[in-house]
Amino acid sequence: MNWGRTFAKSAAKTALAAAVALPMTLGMTATASAETTLRVVMHSDLKIVDPIWTTAYMSRNYGYMVYDTLFAMDAETNVHPQMVDSYTVSDDKLTYTMTLRDGLKWHDGAPVTSEDCIASIKRWGSKDSMGQKLLEFVSEFKAVDDKTFQIVLNKPYGLVIASLAKPSSNVPFMMPKRVAETPSSEQISDYTGSGPFVFKVDEWKPGDVAVFEKFDDYVPRSEEPSWAAGGKVVKVDRVEWVSIKDHQTAVNALLEGEVDYLESPPTDLLPLFEGNDDITAQILNPLGNQYMFRLNWLHPPFDNVKMRRAALMAINQIDFVQATIGNPEYYKECPAMFICGTSFASDEGTEIVMKSDIAGAKKMLEEAGYDGTPVVVMQSTDVDVLNNLGPVAADKLKQAGFNVDLQAMDWQTLVARRAKKEAPSDGGWNVFMTSWTAADILNPISAAGYNAGCDKAWFGWPCDAKMEELREAFATETDADKQKTLAVEIQKRAMEVVTHAHAGQWYQVPAWRSDKLSGVLGGPFPIFWNIAKSE
Amino acid sequence: MFGFIVQRLLATIPVLGMVAVFVFLMLRLTPGDPAAVLAGDNGTPDQIAQIRESLGLNEPLLVQLGIWLGNILQGDFGQSYFFKKDVSELILLRVEPTLALATTTLILTIVVAVPIGVLAAYRHGTWIDRSVMAFSVAGFSVPVFVLGYILIYLFAMEIDLFPVQGYKPISDGFWPFIHRLVLPSITLSVIYIALIARITRASVLEVLGEDYIRTAYAKGLKPNTVLLKHALRNAAVPIVTVIGIGIALLIGGVVVTESVYNIPGLGRLTVDAVLGRDYPTIQAIIIVFSFVYVVINLLIDLSYSLLDPRIRY
Repeated sequence: MNWGRTFAKSAAKTALAAAVALPMTLGMTATASAETTLRVVMHSDLKIVDPIWTTAYMSRNYGYMVYDTLFAMDAETNVHPQMVDSYTVSDDKLTYTMTLRDGLKWHDGAPVTSEDCIASIKRWGSKDSMGQKLLEFVSEFKAVDDKTFQIVLNKPYGLVIASLAKPSSNVPFMMPKRVAETPSSEQISDYTGSGPFVFKVDEWKPGDVAVFEKFDDYVPRSEEPSWAAGGKVVKVDRVEWVSIKDHQTAVNALLEGEVDYLESPPTDLLPLFEGNDDITAQILNPLGNQYMFRLNWLHPPFDNVKMRRAALMAINQIDFVQATIGNPEYYKECPAMFICGTSFASDEGTEIVMKSDIAGAKKMLEEAGYDGTPVVVMQSTDVDVLNNLGPVAADKLKQAGFNVDLQAMDWQTLVARRAKKEAPSDGGWNVFMTSWTAADILNPISAAGYNAGCDKAWFGWPCDAKMEELREAFATETDADKQKTLAVEIQKRAMEVVTHAHAGQWYQVPAWRSDKLSGVLGGPFPIFWNIAKSE
Repeated sequence: MFGFIVQRLLATIPVLGMVAVFVFLMLRLTPGDPAAVLAGDNGTPDQIAQIRESLGLNEPLLVQLGIWLGNILQGDFGQSYFFKKDVSELILLRVEPTLALATTTLILTIVVAVPIGVLAAYRHGTWIDRSVMAFSVAGFSVPVFVLGYILIYLFAMEIDLFPVQGYKPISDGFWPFIHRLVLPSITLSVIYIALIARITRASVLEVLGEDYIRTAYAKGLKPNTVLLKHALRNAAVPIVTVIGIGIALLIGGVVVTESVYNIPGLGRLTVDAVLGRDYPTIQAIIIVFSFVYVVINLLIDLSYSLLDPRIRY
């Protein structure tokens, strides 16, 4: 009986499928070609096609497709030449001479020249915080010839090469001189790059699909690829970034083979891939991301260091990552502010955020004379990996005795409101939480949270002369060991004065059709070179 | 009739003007700042200030409004803050998927809803009537996204009859085009079928109780003739009204269905623009929608005179 029903059901399915699929197959046969197309669902739409103008990660990811960099970071966070063939540093450490590789071309066929690179560094340096710091030390750029140029400094700076290899927003991408001469306050309108893919602007349907084609004249390096470094060998003809807003639909599309790769499926949907041999879901960026707990120094109660310390004593990392990520495979408690496992990682001075000390926080509040001033905690409600951070922060602060006003809002409202310096009662704020990709915060110059330059600091506006002295010393130090010592000092100072707190590390888990794709690489951004696709 | 049409079309001008001013001011009063969104998550306060300046957001509100209205009068809806493309171009890209989905949904709705509504009225009180009413209640009660996921699970994942998601323009061929619209249209039409079947049943039932229906039967007309020529035609005004409102709602954006099936239509464009605080795009979409609503209402009014000769303009 059961066999009969099963057979009947199976036969019906087959007949129906054949009836519908046949015309489809016939249609496809007529249009089939040998072209291989990688269909990818990214974490968001591509909106702004100028990776210098904005810090949006989608624009950064776009940049890695279309542009190339002079230097690049590998998976061990070591820096290697990328467009640069060789470089020298003068004995006085004031002149960096760089020679470009042979055969580098823009997508329009013109050769990449020194003048192009100088103009690109200048545009990036006028926008990016690490670039701005670099330009403070540059006295002159000199084009020696078409392929060789010099960066001349006014005093030694320890982060020249590290700056040019900055792996995340804003990445110093090289553009043709005519494009790079666009003021950094304006978006570019010429999308010519020299990277491994060409952006097909005529096929771009905003909010629907962005198309990239292999750049046939791209000359990859000979080394093995690793993050942004090494040979960027493209093995597909086209890459399409397909916009699918609904997470469940994106997962269904991957399960059915309609797309090949999902950049960041939510962790609660990952069990749908379990037991499916055709799909691999795996952490590709072992450094992951770090949550940030940020306080506003401008207004009571957090204009008082004791209040900030009390807040720090109240929170702990594990509560945040459990509430947002949930699965221990995809989060980690990490005492190092500069990310566990990296050059500047250290546990010193950060015990305070690893375990809540509510009694200690209450005592500290009492000593500080807390008068019940409301603490406005902004909660983002529409970004999966951020939604629960606000309530957890509010709960811990309440336990410590703060009078908390938790205010829910969408992320775009939050990013607008965090820029307001007004008092919390006039539309300002006291606390918000966000997340950084680890590649953004590997040192105290690129990581915005440590900037304690008062008005010039990132939202929250910490103001601490000693911190600024330490950062300056770090920037000018050229010895790696001494840099490490300074990084530890900066971390300890960040905890003492509470510029911010690191609230746990977490990982995105990309998923892809392993029955079709091979050569998927890890990195702090999605990498589409080296991936081969079999149809 | 001609005078009526001209009068109604002229009346759209102040309506659209009020909509424009209202939407403009409402957006500016809503929390959020496009400059902060554009700068990206790592954007610094200086970068945000620079972007505000470049977008003209620091200008007084009335100056911004004046510039925008002036541009609209010249047929220029402006550029999207994000995509640096003309808003009119963005809207045009999204019109085809929305119209396609609306049209297939509408055809399916009318083909199913009107006959079952008439049948339910004709067989009033029988199991057929009760079945139609039960379907109608169920159709209202099941959220669109739940129905969408169920259909995807059954017909796209368990039985590979249809794709899970996506849209193909008709220029890619009729079969790929319609193949991808089947599940979204069914999903979307269920609630409209429920609504229109119910309205049809109620209207026809009311008419069936009229004296002239009894007279028609007494004259010896066949039940089909009575039902379709006399009852349905006289019951058509409320049905057409509801269908017209349905069309307006369908074109106005069926966000959930577009999201579940990943159809790049106007609904999704609207939501994306709102979330990104893309003021020029939101403003243009709402003005276009307002115009479409006005035109559809006009067409509904005109259709009354065709359906009921007593109505004259």
